Amino acid sequence: MTPGLWTLVIGVCLLAGLLGLTTGMIWIERRLLAQFQDRLGPNRVGPLGLFQPIADIIKLFMKEDWMPPFADKLIFVIAPGIIVVTVLLAFAVVPITPFIKVSDANVGLLFFLGMASMGVYGIVLAGWASNSKYSLIGGTRAAAQMLSYELPMGLAVVSVVMLAGSLRLSDIVNAQPRLWFCVLQPLGFVIFTIAGIAEARRTPFDLPEADSELIAGYHTEYSSMKFALFFMGEYLDIILVSAMVTVLYLGGWHGPLLPPALWFIIKMFAVIFLFVWVRAVLPRYRYDQLMTLGWKILLPLSIVNLVATGAVMLVMR
Amino acid sequence: MVSILRSMWLMLKHLVVRPVTVRYPEQKAYIPPRWRGRIILSRDPDGCERCVACYLCSAACPADCISLQATEDEHGRRYAEWFRINFSRCIFCGFCEEACPTYAIQLTPDFEMGEYDRSKLVYEKEDLLISGQGKYPGYNFYHHSGVSVKGKPRGGAVDETHPVDIRSLLP
Ligand code: SF4
Ligand code: SF4
Repeated sequence: MTPGLWTLVIGVCLLAGLLGLTTGMIWIERRLLAQFQDRLGPNRVGPLGLFQPIADIIKLFMKEDWMPPFADKLIFVIAPGIIVVTVLLAFAVVPITPFIKVSDANVGLLFFLGMASMGVYGIVLAGWASNSKYSLIGGTRAAAQMLSYELPMGLAVVSVVMLAGSLRLSDIVNAQPRLWFCVLQPLGFVIFTIAGIAEARRTPFDLPEADSELIAGYHTEYSSMKFALFFMGEYLDIILVSAMVTVLYLGGWHGPLLPPALWFIIKMFAVIFLFVWVRAVLPRYRYDQLMTLGWKILLPLSIVNLVATGAVMLVMR
Repeated sequence: MVSILRSMWLMLKHLVVRPVTVRYPEQKAYIPPRWRGRIILSRDPDGCERCVACYLCSAACPADCISLQATEDEHGRRYAEWFRINFSRCIFCGFCEEACPTYAIQLTPDFEMGEYDRSKLVYEKEDLLISGQGKYPGYNFYHHSGVSVKGKPRGGAVDETHPVDIRSLLP
């Protein structure tokens, strides 16, 4: 099999796997959240309620696909696509094992950060094209939030790059065969995870949707499959951030006994579990708290982390 | 920060707590006897309808969902010619039961009355009338001794039971 064909096969499998996992995420999140709240969660459709996401999707397909007459038609349609496409593109550089990876770009990390920033376009444009006040406020909030949290995220990642000496994600994984970077970079790990939660617009950082104040924020006017695309985008974002935390801080596929791919999946699901766990615990932040956390706490901390890493590396050399 | 970590730990412990959910159609929850559910019309111990068609329940109903038509039989006893409760409007407040002077209308601990068709929620007299006495066994409005009015002492009317001589109850 030529390398090109192999990449294509991996790519298609990855795409199918991700879409399947997104559907599974609905079930995982609802069951887990229910368990956290001493409930059962969906348990009627199929064994253990496993077919619930399928029923949800069928329901979403049956819904009326309504476009508000006051919307900016073209952008309104494109916006949900942007979110999903950017996240899916970012997965291209994530190495699952040394062999299962689509692209091993030497600027993989930059590509990930770039795609994560592009994702905000989908939200802002959706908020703007909907031409409704709630959507617009949601979109504006999303822009501000992404901006504030990309900085600490980027700075936290720089320390990892300094340790690994490469922007290539497989090199970063290979730099931590024994000692994971979450041990060397505990602060960076926490900052990246918090910023990742904010990037994925999850509670406690779900201000762009903020159901209680903004109805549904940027996707207020969306229905049917367009709405489902936003939903998918959010879940894909969770998976992406979990995969990135795994790659950057949890040693990717490295681990004893079990095959590499399995290790990767176990670690990724541990982070996904953390996401749901945090959602079960924390209420949504206020807007000023969000900004305070981003600019006054995470950003200085990430700079301190960067300087400390540099200093230690200089001394060690 | 510490409080966040503490609440995260507390939440984690809930992963092993038994869910409080009652899996309803298979498991039934306990329903108290005085639950305000499906409404019935009861009969007195003689097997006659208790309802005297006084319209009090209909007047008391805040949702205006009881309608009936009074009529009389050959002995001059009033009863409802038809009696209709629209359960798609009923709010199960129980005011009708409180208003009823004869304990005819009663709410029961049954709530499983879902229908696919709204019109099926309109219950007619045949659907409401039961053959038993409901919550007040032994009570008979016509035999019950009322209060004394001008020209009639307590228990003086035809068919009215004499009031219980409380002294006879003494040991
Ligand atoms: S329970 Fe309340 S609402 Fe229902 S019929 Fe009686 S009085 Fe009307
Ligand atoms: S049910 Fe009771 S309150 Fe209603 S009409 Fe009959 S006797 Fe009167």
